[in-house]
Amino acid sequence: MEMEFILSTGRSIWQGEGIEAGCDSDLYFNACARVEIDPDDMERLGLKENDTVKVVTKYGKVVVYAKESEQSPHRGLIYMPYGTWANVLVEPLTQCTGMPNLKNIPARIEKTDEKVLGAHEAIKYYYADGNWEGTAESLKSYYDIH
Amino acid sequence: MIEEKENIVCPFCGCLCDDGVVKVEDNKIVGTRNLCRIGHKKFESAQHGRAESPRIRKNGELVPVTLEEAFDKAAEILVNAERPLFYGWSATCAEATQVGCELTEACRGIIDCTATICHAPSIEAIQDQGAPLSTLGEVMNRADLILYWGCNPMHAHPRHMSRYSVYPRGFFRKRGRKSRTIMVFDPRRTDTAKLADLHVQISPASDHMLVHTFREILNSYDVTHETVAGIPADAIRETMEAMAQHQWCILFFGMGLTQQMGKDRNIDVAIQLMHELNKYIGIRTTLMPMRGHFNVAGANITICSETGYPFAVDFSRGYPRYLPGETSAMDVLYRGEVDAMLNIGANPGTSFSNRALSHMAKIPLINIEPHNQQLLQISDVVFSPAMVGIECEGTAYRMDNVPIKLRKVVEPPENRLPDVVILTEILKRVKELKGKGA
Repeated sequence: MEMEFILSTGRSIWQGEGIEAGCDSDLYFNACARVEIDPDDMERLGLKENDTVKVVTKYGKVVVYAKESEQSPHRGLIYMPYGTWANVLVEPLTQCTGMPNLKNIPARIEKTDEKVLGAHEAIKYYYADGNWEGTAESLKSYYDIH
Repeated sequence: MIEEKENIVCPFCGCLCDDGVVKVEDNKIVGTRNLCRIGHKKFESAQHGRAESPRIRKNGELVPVTLEEAFDKAAEILVNAERPLFYGWSATCAEATQVGCELTEACRGIIDCTATICHAPSIEAIQDQGAPLSTLGEVMNRADLILYWGCNPMHAHPRHMSRYSVYPRGFFRKRGRKSRTIMVFDPRRTDTAKLADLHVQISPASDHMLVHTFREILNSYDVTHETVAGIPADAIRETMEAMAQHQWCILFFGMGLTQQMGKDRNIDVAIQLMHELNKYIGIRTTLMPMRGHFNVAGANITICSETGYPFAVDFSRGYPRYLPGETSAMDVLYRGEVDAMLNIGANPGTSFSNRALSHMAKIPLINIEPHNQQLLQISDVVFSPAMVGIECEGTAYRMDNVPIKLRKVVEPPENRLPDVVILTEILKRVKELKGKGA
């Protein structure tokens, strides 16, 4: 089953702790390779805690763990902590302010069996090996959008 | 024997808590007191997982090299680049940023700090509107209405509420938390919202509308819609009335306002709201951006004092130019203009957007970073410096722009130079190479 959401990214204390512990640590991986979903939405999607899901936006696709949000209710809104995984999905346009849109991005969630990549693996897979450009639906060049 | 070092400044977030106690045994950090979860982790893991020497990418692998070789390589990359970007500066000291500005000018590059994906819109709005600011001490002593808009200090600035704003007893607020009203505006019921007196759960991306509705009420216009931003109009009126009962109000705002559509315009109207609250009701109002990195405010201040502009300063014509949206890090990376990059005191691997990272992977990247961050996957020259505030001293600016001297807690390991020294060495070589070319 697939559902439409609004994706918001942000800080979490676990993400902060994870960054300080090291980006190759389990602490960081557990804190950031996740999407926090409202409990009601989890039920409607038929998801259980720690199921792997693929979050898809116009700008990228990434596989992360589904988690029941502790800072709920926020039906229709999904939340990902800042990090390597959330960055794959955000809207890089800045509307001439220097700031990309990191909140309020239309997204959908689908259940998947694919593996969740580690932080180093993700950077390598998406950027060093150049796979991100293939996952983005649009944004082939700057002038496509302007 | 365990030595307890007192009054240590925590180099993690913009709060720069200066009451930390760090326990040191044989030059090893073994524990901390008073600090938050993140601050504790910063000190605890500072000495773990450090690379022993600089590294250069050869045949796709990062290979350890001598410091000299790494300096030469870094200078060579920067001299050969047409439009190098110098990014970061927020997790290092103001002194390093000063050298960074000189280096940028010598290379005719662009200097930008992490504010560009954090509070850059706030700075743009402050330049548009002006801003009534205050220090955190004033907030502690005077504030009786605290608004947290689009920020979650319980997670991002864990000691902010307990040390500066909500819980401490102040000169005019003798009963601490009981003397203050806390309102939180956030689309999620965050952990901060759970502690607030009022949580206004707005629909995502409608902050601009809600602030305008508050202004409408203040300016005696009718609110024509039944609900605005998912909140009934009557509730908005009541919130406004409740706000008006106070004497001294501070608006703390975060990424909820800056990182979505509207950006600097969201802050523009927020500043106007604060202004009108003061003008029409007589509440003393101030506002403060919730700065993330411990020295991101310092990066803005230092770049501003060196070049005249706070961030996104372009030296490609030999003199500083400032055009956010044109010369800011995200835009030059987005458009693929940058052909070399130096990253210091930041972790773009966790914060940059996909397209910027995608371009960074294609260009030579010099990374000054003590730990094994994911950006090493695409870095070409890596320096492992001494950590500011733990292994060397430096100046940092708190979120209210108060400079605080960071202290040295332990001796740095061998071969780990402070950021200032690394940048000075690179600058020296860049000048030599440029001199030869001319």
